[in-house]
Amino acid sequence: MFALAVSVCIIVIVRNMLTIKDLRASIDGKPILKGINLHINAGEVHAIMGPNGSGKSTLSSVLTGNSRFTVDGGEVTFLGRDLLAMPPEDRARLGLFMSFQYPVEIPGVSMVNFMRAAVNEKRKFNGLPALSAAEYLKLMREKSQLVEIDSRLTSRSVNEGFSGGEKKRNEIFQMAMLEPRLSILDETDSGLDIDALRIVASGVNKLKTPETSSIVITHYQRLLDYIVPDVVHVLYNGQIVKTGGKELALELEEKGYDWIKSEFDNK
Amino acid sequence: MENVSSVGIKDKLTALYRQYAAQISDGMPEAMNRVRETAISQFDALGLPRKGCERYRFTEIMTAFGHAYGYSISKLAATADSQTVFRCAVPDLDTYTIIINNGWIDLKNSTIPANVVATEMADGANKYPELFAAHYNRLAAQKDDTTISLNTAFARSGLFLYIPDNVVVDKPIQIVNVLSGGNPLMVNQRNLIVAGRGSQAKIVICDHTLSNSQFLLNNVTETVLQPNAQLDCYCIQNLNDRSSQIASLLIEQNTDSQLIANTLTLHGGFVRNNVEVLMAGQNAEASIYGLSLPAGHQHIDNFTYVDHAVPNCTSYELYKNVLNDESVGVFSGYVLVRPDAQKTNAQQSNKNICISPSARMYTKPQLEIYADDVKCSHGATVGQLDESALFYMRQRCIGEDEAKMMLMSAFAHEVVRTIRIPILAERYAEMIENRLRGRHAACGDCFMKCEKR
Repeated sequence: MFALAVSVCIIVIVRNMLTIKDLRASIDGKPILKGINLHINAGEVHAIMGPNGSGKSTLSSVLTGNSRFTVDGGEVTFLGRDLLAMPPEDRARLGLFMSFQYPVEIPGVSMVNFMRAAVNEKRKFNGLPALSAAEYLKLMREKSQLVEIDSRLTSRSVNEGFSGGEKKRNEIFQMAMLEPRLSILDETDSGLDIDALRIVASGVNKLKTPETSSIVITHYQRLLDYIVPDVVHVLYNGQIVKTGGKELALELEEKGYDWIKSEFDNK
Repeated sequence: MENVSSVGIKDKLTALYRQYAAQISDGMPEAMNRVRETAISQFDALGLPRKGCERYRFTEIMTAFGHAYGYSISKLAATADSQTVFRCAVPDLDTYTIIINNGWIDLKNSTIPANVVATEMADGANKYPELFAAHYNRLAAQKDDTTISLNTAFARSGLFLYIPDNVVVDKPIQIVNVLSGGNPLMVNQRNLIVAGRGSQAKIVICDHTLSNSQFLLNNVTETVLQPNAQLDCYCIQNLNDRSSQIASLLIEQNTDSQLIANTLTLHGGFVRNNVEVLMAGQNAEASIYGLSLPAGHQHIDNFTYVDHAVPNCTSYELYKNVLNDESVGVFSGYVLVRPDAQKTNAQQSNKNICISPSARMYTKPQLEIYADDVKCSHGATVGQLDESALFYMRQRCIGEDEAKMMLMSAFAHEVVRTIRIPILAERYAEMIENRLRGRHAACGDCFMKCEKR
């Protein structure tokens, strides 16, 4: 009986991935997020949709700790820890990953060195020894095959001269290398043709486990054909105004956002 | 800086010359002695360069000269021991080594390639009188800089390096230039390098202080590349931060010659580099690079002057600075394209990062173009580390300090990758990283590590 209670307790802890309570944030004094509430369990995929300017990218920036934004209130718990109290690198080391909408080019920093630093910093944070050169190269080879990224890309400077599709594929490669618990895909579909979209989505699906969760931020339903969400949220004017199953995405695709806007604005 | 006036210093140095003129000329070749009087008169008439003049717009040379220094007319007894030589050699870099101590060559501890002439200036003038007379003070006399006149007046010590026609030197020649001794010292070193027709050589010059004394190294190197010669010249400047250095590298390039000049400035309180290239023969190519990493109160001024006097030559300049603390960096890049110099291709770029809000960078590109069929470009930037790249790296688990480090190393890499000696490039990268991490920037097992800079 006692043993059972303990195991139940563990399950409960592991189930809670991310809890956002009344999160408010602004940029240059202008409020963008006006009280976000969201709960994500392990193993779940949540889609966040919404019109331009609704605060989708701000939400991912605030969660990952971009200092351009000011948190005005609320709390975020990630794997039982106070997320907002941590610097961006510790959030990442704990298992938060964001695939950037616009991945940054870093001339002169090779992908190999960049990812080695990233992987080993994460390992150090988690009390693991650094990978040897051979172990690291093996990991790189495995993961690049998994997400079907050309090994020539990994021998270049980070994102330098990559096409839009290559940059997004490189994001998924980095995600594979870092094995995050929670990944935020911020408009990963923007700038992708249908083939690249399929490859990126299949990479994400291969990395999915019962212990990992994803937040998929997108304008369009298209990506959700490949990465099927458990929950769909509509963000509008800094708040989540509607939550539903995956059929909500289809409804939005068909009717646009205007009906939500008018429903909300008339309140 | 002590409270001494520029005129006071000029009078003192002129008087010092006049008093010891006989000793200064004693035993020196006629080619060196006959130009001393003109040089000292010019120095006396014009004085030290004033801050604000065209060449020294942002640099107060009194920072270097405004101290009491000893001066030695004859070779000092003390020489660096072989242990020093061993330690100063760049690890894993197989080179010929020439040791110069306080301006004087230490032949006993040097290894000189058999097919190359490397000796004291006076010795070189005796052995190769025509070559010496043809090139000594030819480029220097034309320069409008009285630190060079001062050097010409006092010059006694220095390196005569002659790479005969068609000689390809199989290993790099490392010139270890050490300043030593317990007292403040001014050293006027004068070098002459002649790269003969079709010759090829790579030179690595390391400037070091072996003590924490205050030094002033006023170094003039005239370099002639005869037709088809290829010369790589890598200079690593690493004097202690109390010391000052004025390094004038004056180069003439003849037809089809190729030059790489690369200056890495790590330490040194006051550093002024003059790299002046005269394109005197067609199809010559010059690549001129510089990387400075000033911190603390360092003042580092890189001045370049490329004179395209004939058609069809190419010059490429890239200078970078990463500035920390209260340091000051200066870049002045002058490019002159004379009326006949059609089809000139001249590119200049100066990029700088201030990582501290109190660091200052002055940059002044200056192009004067009198030919109409040329390709010339210049660009200068001063900025901070890329915030979006920093955030991106931190989102990938990399701590803020480490991310900054990687970005700074990457910034420097553009200069490092131009080095054509792979082992040296690796050492450069190491020294740069150490410098940026605030550690002492020396090669591998340098014994200066523990010394307070």
